[in-house]
Amino acid sequence: MSSCARRAILLCAVFVMSMPVVGCATPAAPQGVGETAIAPVTAPATTAVGVKPVVPAPGFLVVYSGRSERLVGPMIEQFKQTTGIDVQVRYGSTPEIAATLLEEGANSPADVFFAQDPGGLGAVANAGMFETLPKELTARVQEYFRSPDGKWIGISGRARVVAYNTEALTPEDLPTDIYDFTDAKWKDRVGWAPSNGSFQAMVTAMRAIWGEEKTKTWLEGMIANGAKAYEGNTQIVEAVARGEVQVGLVNHYYLHRFLAEQGEEFGARNHFLTGGGPGSLVMVAGVGQLATAKNPENARKFIEFLISPVAQQYFANQTFEYPVIDGINISREIVPLADLNAADIQLTDLADLAGTTKLLRETGALQ
Amino acid sequence: MASMSSTPIEIGIRGLWRGRRSRIPFRVSAWVAGLWVIGALATLTILLPTIYLIVRATGAGAEAWQDLLNLRTLEVLGKTVWLAVSVTLLSALIAVPLAWLTTRTDLPLRRMWAIVTPLPLVIPSYVGAYLIASALGPRGLVQQWLQEPFGVTRLPEIYGYPGALLTLTLLSYPYIFLSTRAVLQQMDPALEEASRSLNQNAWQTFWKVTLPLLRPALGAGGLLIALYVLRDFGAVSIMRYDTFTRVIYMQYRTFDRSQAALLSLALVALTLVFVFMEARVQRRARYYQHPNGAARAPRPTALGRWKIPALLFCGLVIVFSLVLPAGVLGYWLARGVMAGEVIDDVWRAAGNSVLVSGLGALAAIGVALPLSVLMVRHANKSTRLIERISFAAFALPGIVVALTLVFFGATYAPMLYQTLPMLLFAYLILFLPQGLGAVRSSLLQIHPSLEEAAASLGRRPAQIFSTITFPLLRPGVIAGASLVFLTAMKELPATLILAPIGMKTLATSVWGAVSEAFFAQAAAPALLLILMSSLPMAFFILRERGVQE
Repeated sequence: MSSCARRAILLCAVFVMSMPVVGCATPAAPQGVGETAIAPVTAPATTAVGVKPVVPAPGFLVVYSGRSERLVGPMIEQFKQTTGIDVQVRYGSTPEIAATLLEEGANSPADVFFAQDPGGLGAVANAGMFETLPKELTARVQEYFRSPDGKWIGISGRARVVAYNTEALTPEDLPTDIYDFTDAKWKDRVGWAPSNGSFQAMVTAMRAIWGEEKTKTWLEGMIANGAKAYEGNTQIVEAVARGEVQVGLVNHYYLHRFLAEQGEEFGARNHFLTGGGPGSLVMVAGVGQLATAKNPENARKFIEFLISPVAQQYFANQTFEYPVIDGINISREIVPLADLNAADIQLTDLADLAGTTKLLRETGALQ
Repeated sequence: MASMSSTPIEIGIRGLWRGRRSRIPFRVSAWVAGLWVIGALATLTILLPTIYLIVRATGAGAEAWQDLLNLRTLEVLGKTVWLAVSVTLLSALIAVPLAWLTTRTDLPLRRMWAIVTPLPLVIPSYVGAYLIASALGPRGLVQQWLQEPFGVTRLPEIYGYPGALLTLTLLSYPYIFLSTRAVLQQMDPALEEASRSLNQNAWQTFWKVTLPLLRPALGAGGLLIALYVLRDFGAVSIMRYDTFTRVIYMQYRTFDRSQAALLSLALVALTLVFVFMEARVQRRARYYQHPNGAARAPRPTALGRWKIPALLFCGLVIVFSLVLPAGVLGYWLARGVMAGEVIDDVWRAAGNSVLVSGLGALAAIGVALPLSVLMVRHANKSTRLIERISFAAFALPGIVVALTLVFFGATYAPMLYQTLPMLLFAYLILFLPQGLGAVRSSLLQIHPSLEEAAASLGRRPAQIFSTITFPLLRPGVIAGASLVFLTAMKELPATLILAPIGMKTLATSVWGAVSEAFFAQAAAPALLLILMSSLPMAFFILRERGVQE
């Protein structure tokens, strides 16, 4: 009892003593980030750049990433290695990181926002928080993959596809137009994710291409057909492979993760809806530079790096995404952009997220 | 308790110490003033998210108010309350017998059960729900096992209410388990023995003596569960059951902050309704016992022929809440490794997890102790109000608390923003009610006459607290600290946004991997999370005073 109490007191003392140490270490050692368990802290640029009068050091860069470390970490690491810039990354989900940026406003420690989808980028851009990128930079990516006002540019693309159960179906059984899933023969066989950002982007595209009426008819038809709702793409691909549903409306690159871990016998494959229209929408992940960036040059270097052939080839090979610049070989597993017959649509057409959620609620697809 | 009537023992419990207040003399006013300062600061801290929400909600136009009505808000309200109430009741049905079996009986492997039963608390609900859907889905792993021998081709639908109920119950029953267990251990066996000596059988004794004494713990634990259900996002989103929190997250996904703020304020209001309901149940009963009784350990009840059913019950709970999730994780890990996946190093994340959760527990208990003393020993209208308010933020989704501190931190405290102290501050807002509940219900059982005796012998309040009150409070403090530690281990939204940049924890590693379908990479930190959380549990439980052998 008493030895236990002594131990507890000792433990408390250690904790208490460790606190000021952690606090003090903060401004003093910004380079230690990678090594120490408790990474020192706030915008290193605010303190460190001034504190260190050394040679023209490569300096720092603070990235807010709505893309998973699993997908973009290796590229950021390579950027760090080649430039010597001390890159610090905060990972999270795109909507939450965007909300964080909006709350931080001009006080944000971030230099760059790397987002999973145009929705997050658009929200930050609408708040006037992005620097306009120079034409010289934005012109390097294909027109489809950049915001017309130069507030952000795309880094990689992913396509909407239909995942199908390989035991129940062959590609020949599947339609080429997403509208056809309202047909009675697909009753109770389709999975979708009305609360998912990518799905909502597709519905926004439907509204732009088909118009409100047809989109509404499609949504109602799908609901009448018993479309089964899931939380996200991962769950749908898994459910398709298990045979819970036979087809699912998803993004193309999740399948490749399952194949990597579960091998070729995994029970689902992708089907690209090459009939044109919103079913094969290509969506974009992109970056914007904060107007309040404390390391604007490094931010620029980072964006340049992400659209360089090295990084673009990485995304094509490792995350099975579509490159945004010309001259990159895409994975053989995915259908080339040119063959997708993707509908003629501008990314700005995908901006009206509020209208889409309203429609989803009206039809009952979303609560 | 007042509503129940008439056996001598009950009258004894009610009558003996009713209405006695602490009679510590007025010269201790500096001590009391100190308590009040802490109380006021804690209240202000807890109210920060509400203040923030009001600021955000004022930005909402007439259209947003209109939408609030269009959002089928009443339907969502009904579904939310229904889920919270049913999860709480089911959890009590599981947890109270478990707590009793592991403290008061000759159940074999008692301590092992006591160590493993709280562990489901550390499984992040997002992961827990994913695992349960994977295992028990219509064509999940369990169906695959059953297909060959029994020809089962499809299990009943799990999504919606049943899945949400099952997941949240399995992940949150430990709240009641831990709080009731602490009280059962502290409880003076003399009352129960007196009951038995008056020819009441074990069952009658449990209903008439033990259960009424458990009421503060049941109330505290049950409230934590109900509020946990209100703020949970992971389970309800995977299981697709619409609660307030799920709808709030959807608002954030469409970047509608003022709408989200309106809904969150509605959630705060709902929370306070629950809190006041719990307070009504507690009324003004006093639960402390004769000061001489506290030290003696109870004699265990012999289970006899109930031993096997009791073991089966414990086993069943653990299979569903722990073995099944851990089994699926193990399967993911093995599958990934066999497919050639190289599993990342997770030890640094593990170290970070233990550090921030440990400090978070310390901070929460550090504030909960003086607050409890204030609320129990200096009870009046204001302390009761503080007590209620301390729960205001507890049912808010983590993202709301996180964004509150983003707003105040980035604007008013840039030096502290996204530092470890700020993360701990977030944990304090999120988890203080957990520590408070456990410490407070423990303190309610300690008779003030012990402290008064010490005061009459000239001890100063601080000395009395450290030499008398704190040692007697130990089970409650340990329960509270464990609760905060275990829930901080799995905390996600605040940690992602407010942790020092680049700092990974086990929970954020699991999330980062599972959200992109890197199952093997998610399994390693998730298993480690469970394993590491079991260590402090094992430490405390192996050291605690056992029942009389």
